[in-house]
Amino acid sequence: MALLEIENLRARVAVPGGRDILKGVNLTLEAGQVHAIMGRNGSGKSTLCQVLAGRETYEVTGGSVRYDGKDLLELSAEERAREGLFLAFQYPVEIPGVSTSYFLKAAVNAQRKHRGEKELDAAQFLKLVREKMKLLEMDASFMNRAVNEGFSGGEKKRNEIFQMAVLNPRLGLLDETDSGLDIDALKIVSNGVNRVQEQDRTRAMLLVTHYQRLLNYIVPDRVHVMIDGRIIKSGGKELALQLEERGYEGVEGELVA
Amino acid sequence: MAEQLLDNSMLRLLERGPLCAANDPSWLAEVRRAARQRFEQTGWPSSEREDWRFTPRRQLEAFSPRVEADDAAGREPGRVEALLSRHGLGQEAAAELVFINGRYQASLSHMRQLPRGVMLLPLREALQSDQGRVREQLGRLAGESAPVSLNSALFEDGAYLFLPRGMEVQGPIHLLFLNDGPEQERDGATIFPRLLLIAADAAAASIVETHAGRGWYLSSAVAELFLGRDSRVEYNKLQEESAQAIHLSALHGRLGQGASLVSHSITLGAKLSRNVLEATLDGERAQTTLNGLVFMDGDSHSENHTLLRHAKPNCPSHELYKHILADRASAVFRGKIYVDPGADGTDAKQNSKSLLLSDQATMDAMPALEIYADDVKCTHGSTIGPLDDEMTFYLRSRGVSLEAARHLLTYAFAADVTRRISVGPLRQRVEDFLASRENLPLDLRITETGAHDDAAR
Repeated sequence: MALLEIENLRARVAVPGGRDILKGVNLTLEAGQVHAIMGRNGSGKSTLCQVLAGRETYEVTGGSVRYDGKDLLELSAEERAREGLFLAFQYPVEIPGVSTSYFLKAAVNAQRKHRGEKELDAAQFLKLVREKMKLLEMDASFMNRAVNEGFSGGEKKRNEIFQMAVLNPRLGLLDETDSGLDIDALKIVSNGVNRVQEQDRTRAMLLVTHYQRLLNYIVPDRVHVMIDGRIIKSGGKELALQLEERGYEGVEGELVA
Repeated sequence: MAEQLLDNSMLRLLERGPLCAANDPSWLAEVRRAARQRFEQTGWPSSEREDWRFTPRRQLEAFSPRVEADDAAGREPGRVEALLSRHGLGQEAAAELVFINGRYQASLSHMRQLPRGVMLLPLREALQSDQGRVREQLGRLAGESAPVSLNSALFEDGAYLFLPRGMEVQGPIHLLFLNDGPEQERDGATIFPRLLLIAADAAAASIVETHAGRGWYLSSAVAELFLGRDSRVEYNKLQEESAQAIHLSALHGRLGQGASLVSHSITLGAKLSRNVLEATLDGERAQTTLNGLVFMDGDSHSENHTLLRHAKPNCPSHELYKHILADRASAVFRGKIYVDPGADGTDAKQNSKSLLLSDQATMDAMPALEIYADDVKCTHGSTIGPLDDEMTFYLRSRGVSLEAARHLLTYAFAADVTRRISVGPLRQRVEDFLASRENLPLDLRITETGAHDDAAR
């Protein structure tokens, strides 16, 4: 059964006179699969991620999204998260004054409560977190720092994947997680993503990226090309290599021809 | 003319004068007479004056004090005890002076952990025992504003602290003003706390001044701080007055060479509060940090007016005021940095940040720089707005509810000031207050690290 079914999704920035950024997106993601969406800047990839995560600055103007049999668009951002959807942000925000440990414990327990599970106490939480920190090769001091405050670009991305590992979602949306990473950080982060994916074979991931580079480390089952708010071409992992070779224009031209 | 605007009973109160006046030294009687005259002539300042423009003057004029002596016997038993157990620091303080409606309570106070040589006295006693120094310094810094005049004319008691040269007091000195007014509007209590602190060269101490109470009353406090060469004072003021109270305060400090003053002004209570804080950096390399936190809801109004005067070269100053306003609360921040001619090497940073939790809350922030020296670095910034949408979404995207995200971000906004308070029990008290207001667990302690606001230290 499809975990995520996006049908003809249209969305715009929620301001008067805003024009559609998503112009009819169709995409189906099965449980256990990893898909990649590639496309240039401004093609609507990040907007799609934000809309799926429930950002209210965007307004859905048409289409539907079913997630695990539910109408995703009916749920608030926090309900989506509690139902197992996770967005790794392209630009994670700094939250001065809120420690990572407090924030993450609140998030874990909000999700556990939603699932009818017992909330974790401090010791149980610490154990969970330590294990996941190892996965992402993170320093122990990190939990006491304010969320993303003063982090380098690479640290922020690593923190996103670390949170994903802790929250253990059913669907991960990774919005340009590779951007701003040097090659060593890219390996650590990719390895983290793969380990998270290996832990639960029913999990699905949707990677958004400009570059084929990330897909050397995280091998997708399907690759989609997004141009101007639509997915114009889908294929196997070899499509990413074609894009790398011929560029988006090449793929676009081929379709027109 | 102004007299007609003053409540009749306020005039009668001035006429009556302080109940303790019979014991006043003659020089003080003269000070009081002049102060009374000033207040009677001008009354509460006109709203045409820039610094009183936002003050709801009608509330001041409408305040109708009890003229007769306070009737302690009429009090519901246990009220003051409840306030004391809530607000006292007890043994966590090196000394604690407790005042009820402005009068010193020896039986509730202690000074047992104070080192020898430190003079900490109720002001009334100091007027007898250290009269020379008190006479020389009392009123030297506070000026002649209406609230100061009112205080000078009517104060009954207060605290006098003299720190001898090189004396460092461990643990905070707590000055606790518990105010008990009637439950109905008429015959409000009046309290005029008066504080005089003199730190000789290289002395150091932490002070906590707490104001708390119940019922209807007006408190107008005046504090004067003289900081000698290389002395260090942390001055914390916690205002948790009753929801009906009017709280006025004037804090004036003068810093000698290399001296350091760190001030935290925390406003959590009162219907109307108006704080004036003026510090003069009067010696080279003196430094000061003025931090403030205001948390207001309902219809309350709060003002903070600060004047930081750089009178000598090479002095750094930092100022951070944060406001959190809910419901229909309103607040004013006027922060002026004044740099005297010749005060080169001045490095002043001022920042005002305000969080509006409701559409009906209003904030007026007015930073001002007046610079008469050439080689200076002065910066100021001011932001006013609702909770950050991106931060809120980030928290929600992890499963934290909208409500919890708002509470957490509000708490974190305030914690940026509270985490800088070095007096542990005070910091805890303020953070507990905020956590309980925000429905957060009391054991929540926000991260210590990260200096994300370089205006404050």
